[in-house]
Amino acid sequence: MDKPIRVLVAKPGLDGHDRGAKVVAHALRDAGFEVIYTGLRQTPEQIAKAALQEDVNVIAMSILSGAHPHLFPKVVNLVRAQGQEDVLIIGGGVIPDSDIPALKEAGIAEVFTPGTDTSDIVKFINENVK
Amino acid sequence: MSNEKIQAGLEKYNASVEKTVARFPERGNLPEQRLYTPLDVKGADEYVEQIGYPGMYPFTRGVQPTMYRGRFWTMRMYAGFSTAKESNARYRQLIASGATGLSCAFDLPTQIGYDSDDPISEGEVGKVGVAIDSLADMETLFDQIDLGKVSTSMTINAPASVLLAMYIAVAEKQGVPASELKGTIQNDILKEYAARGTYIFPPRPSMRLITNIFEYCSQNVPKWNTISISGYHIREAGSTASQEIAFTIADGIAYCEAAIKAGLKIDDFAGRLSFFWNAHNNVLEEVAKFRASRRVWAKVMKERFHAEKPKSMMLRVHTQTAGSMLTAQQYNNNIVRVALQTAAAVMGGTQSLHTNSRDEALALPTTESVTIALRTQQIVAYESGLADVIDPLAGSYYVEAMTDRIEKEAWEYINKIDEIGGAVAAIEKGYIQKEIHDSAYAWQKDVESGARVIVGVNKFQMEEEPPKGLLKIDASVGVAQCERLHAMKAQRDNAAVEKALADLKAACEDENENLMPHILNAVRTYATLGEICGVMRQVFGEYEAHVSL
Repeated sequence: MDKPIRVLVAKPGLDGHDRGAKVVAHALRDAGFEVIYTGLRQTPEQIAKAALQEDVNVIAMSILSGAHPHLFPKVVNLVRAQGQEDVLIIGGGVIPDSDIPALKEAGIAEVFTPGTDTSDIVKFINENVK
Repeated sequence: MSNEKIQAGLEKYNASVEKTVARFPERGNLPEQRLYTPLDVKGADEYVEQIGYPGMYPFTRGVQPTMYRGRFWTMRMYAGFSTAKESNARYRQLIASGATGLSCAFDLPTQIGYDSDDPISEGEVGKVGVAIDSLADMETLFDQIDLGKVSTSMTINAPASVLLAMYIAVAEKQGVPASELKGTIQNDILKEYAARGTYIFPPRPSMRLITNIFEYCSQNVPKWNTISISGYHIREAGSTASQEIAFTIADGIAYCEAAIKAGLKIDDFAGRLSFFWNAHNNVLEEVAKFRASRRVWAKVMKERFHAEKPKSMMLRVHTQTAGSMLTAQQYNNNIVRVALQTAAAVMGGTQSLHTNSRDEALALPTTESVTIALRTQQIVAYESGLADVIDPLAGSYYVEAMTDRIEKEAWEYINKIDEIGGAVAAIEKGYIQKEIHDSAYAWQKDVESGARVIVGVNKFQMEEEPPKGLLKIDASVGVAQCERLHAMKAQRDNAAVEKALADLKAACEDENENLMPHILNAVRTYATLGEICGVMRQVFGEYEAHVSL
């Protein structure tokens, strides 16, 4: 049997809205993934460190405060710099469509906005994880 | 009419629709009864005790005797973004458009007690609210706004004492005495641990700060609402209507107990406690929730705390329409959702209301969207007739039965929390967080299975162009704010700042000292929010969250 996919669900920045992150974490767990949730107020450095320590395949970040253009790319850079080239990094939250191309350019594989079905996130991970 | 006769009629009716109902299981099997009758409500003999009259115990029908036949609710729009200067312009525009109270949104570094130049603030400055680093920013925020006239609500919790002190200091400079100031600080730390996330210190010192504020304001700022005990964020985090009021009233009980333990008398502070509810999508359930919450609180105050003043027993409430119910899809539909939520809040008898803007699932609202949201309140007030009669849904078999049902469910939760040892213990054990999360997850499952329809999201979808003209906060805001902060620090009397901070630190270490006068002194020297909270962090430590899925 394959090893289960390990996912780090993370809340970068100071935003305290974690309903979405917790619902996604719960849904990913129900879908058979091993899920680690960081809790609130994680710096990009803390997230990268947790990704390494927990040896995850996926990092799923949520931001509702508008700090995503700054924080999402920072996490990608730190994770790549520590040699985790294959980790799939996805994001979600209150993110205007116009910000998405730049986030993808920066290495966020997919951005899930409000109204997303959790099964779409599960499907995306299954199809794209390395 | 006798109950037997009503029962016989009901049975006849039920038999007559049995076949039709069976043909439509989806609508037929909703959780609520199909029809409510006099059999579902209290008899006239219980009317005075349980429902009564507006302005009279148990306040089911409203806290003021005349409600909107005196004056409408306060139309209070929550706003704040970018710099103090830009937010000041938005406030003045709102006042010019007929808003009758201000409501300040602060950015996350401010809410968590960090200055704009702290490394942890990077990317967050000015994003979800206005950045306030010191008294200098607060002076700009209220420039040309007469604090003797306006009433101001501030969504600030962990550092509420500091922002209140800054507000008092700005008023001093305008020549307005603290005794004349009107407004509210949210100051509700328990729901931060449970649902909203902008906590700083652990519960014990946080409760001390809150009781210090109660005591200070009862003597110096008597017209100020010292806390807004908030169900709003609990509901946003996913709770049900009954959980929203139950967990919030349990928090309210904890604040009263802490204040009494600190030596305050219930009737000296309870009249300044206020509440904050969510106006969610189910209009009639929301109306029942407002009514039930007033009845539960009145009973808590009278029976549990033996309050004597009627004012202590009144659940006065600010309301905001449900942000989490706004959809990013077909976002103009949100105008309709907000109008229905407004109707619920008004029929529920709110004292003030913020209406959300249509574009808030996408970004901070534009000026045009905010104007539509404010107009929604004005249309409900002046055109709909919903505000013309006090508590217009009283006597509806359904609404009365649901008011009773929500009250019963709320008491069950309050009793359970009492068994755990009160709201603080229930939060420390993760009980309240878990209950909220379970409801949130159940909601999401229902949406994904289609059992719960969200128009434009899981039914009636369509292809659409991404909306244009959303408000964006430029990253340069953070840079400019840091420059302002550094310029201010270069000008102030740093020796005075050091002295005020050392004095505050000593006061923090003495549990019997009220911190408010010390914080006020520090603020007057232009000590920054980050410096003041930094001193308190040193003494009090920081809260570590309990994460449970």
